[in-house]
Amino acid sequence: MNRREALPGLSADAPVFAEPWQAEAFAMVVALHERGLFSWSEWAEALSAEVKQPGAAEDGHDYYAHWLAALEKLLAAKGVAPSRDVDQLAAAWQRAAHATPHGKPIALENDPLHGG
Amino acid sequence: MSHDHDHHHHDNELDPMAARVRALETILTQKGLIDPAAIDVIVETYETKVGPRNGAKVVAKAWSDPAFADWLKRDATAAIASLGFTGRQGEHMQAVFNTPETHNIVVCTLCSCYPWSVLGLPPVWYKAPPYRSKAVIDPRGVLAEFGVTLPAETKIRVWDSTAELRYLVVPARPAGTDGWSEEQLAELVTRDSMIGTGLAREAA
Repeated sequence: MNRREALPGLSADAPVFAEPWQAEAFAMVVALHERGLFSWSEWAEALSAEVKQPGAAEDGHDYYAHWLAALEKLLAAKGVAPSRDVDQLAAAWQRAAHATPHGKPIALENDPLHGG
Repeated sequence: MSHDHDHHHHDNELDPMAARVRALETILTQKGLIDPAAIDVIVETYETKVGPRNGAKVVAKAWSDPAFADWLKRDATAAIASLGFTGRQGEHMQAVFNTPETHNIVVCTLCSCYPWSVLGLPPVWYKAPPYRSKAVIDPRGVLAEFGVTLPAETKIRVWDSTAELRYLVVPARPAGTDGWSEEQLAELVTRDSMIGTGLAREAA
C-alpha cells in the first residue's frame, strides 16, 4: 500500500485557493482582524472549534467551509452580522445570480424580489 | 455581427458558499468594516507575493552569516523583520535549527497556525486532520510518508504552533555548498524543509 495516500495532497502543490469565495473569506478575516474587530487568538479559537468537529474531511478539502462557518459565528456573536440577515442576503444573491444573464456581472439589484 | 447560434443562455448560479461570502461582504461593506478593494489586495498578496521564497532567504542568510544565525536563534521575530518579512497577526516567530542530534517538525494541532510571512499559506495537508494528529503521535511515521528517513539516533522534536507563536525550521546546510552565494543557497531550501517534513535539497 502506498503510504503517501495516508496524507492528502502530499505531493501536489495545489493552488492556495480552490475557488474564489475561499480567497474572499480568507481576506475578510485578515481585513477584519487588522481593523481590530477580533484578536488573532480569538480567531484561532473560533476556527479551531470548527475544524475539530467530527465529520471534518480527512483530505482537508472542507477547510475553507470551516473557515467561513467560524467567521459567520464570530460575526453573529459580535452582533455584526446576525445569521438571519446573512441567510436572507445569501438567498437574495442566489436569486440575483439566477436572474442575471450569463456573462453579465451579478448585482444584488437583479434579485427579482429586490426592493419589493 | 455574430451569427445566430441556437444555444441556450444559461443563467448564472452562485453556489451556497459563494452566496454566503457575498452576503457577508455586502453587510461588512455597508457597515464600513471592510473595503472591497482592500480585500482584493489581500487576496493578490497571498496568491502571488508571499510564499516560501521569503523563508528560503531567511534560511540562506542564516547559513551564510553566523551573526544573523545567532540573532535568528535569539530573536527570530526581529531578525526576520529585518529582511522585510513581518507577520500581519502580530505573532512571534521562533526559529528552530536542525542538527545531527535533533530534527524539528512543525504542526498546529489546534487549527492551522502557520508562519504566513515567511512561508505563505499552508499546504492542504498541513491543515488536514491526519497530519495535525499524526505529527504529534508518530512524527517518524509522518516523516517516512514524506520520504524522509532519519538515523535512529536523531531525536525528533515536534513544535505545536499557536496564534501567538509560529515556528520556522532551519534545515541543515547541505554538504558541498562552501562558497555558495545566498541566492544559490536559497534555491536548495524547500517549503517542506522549513516545516520539517523535508530536508534541504542536496547540492547538484
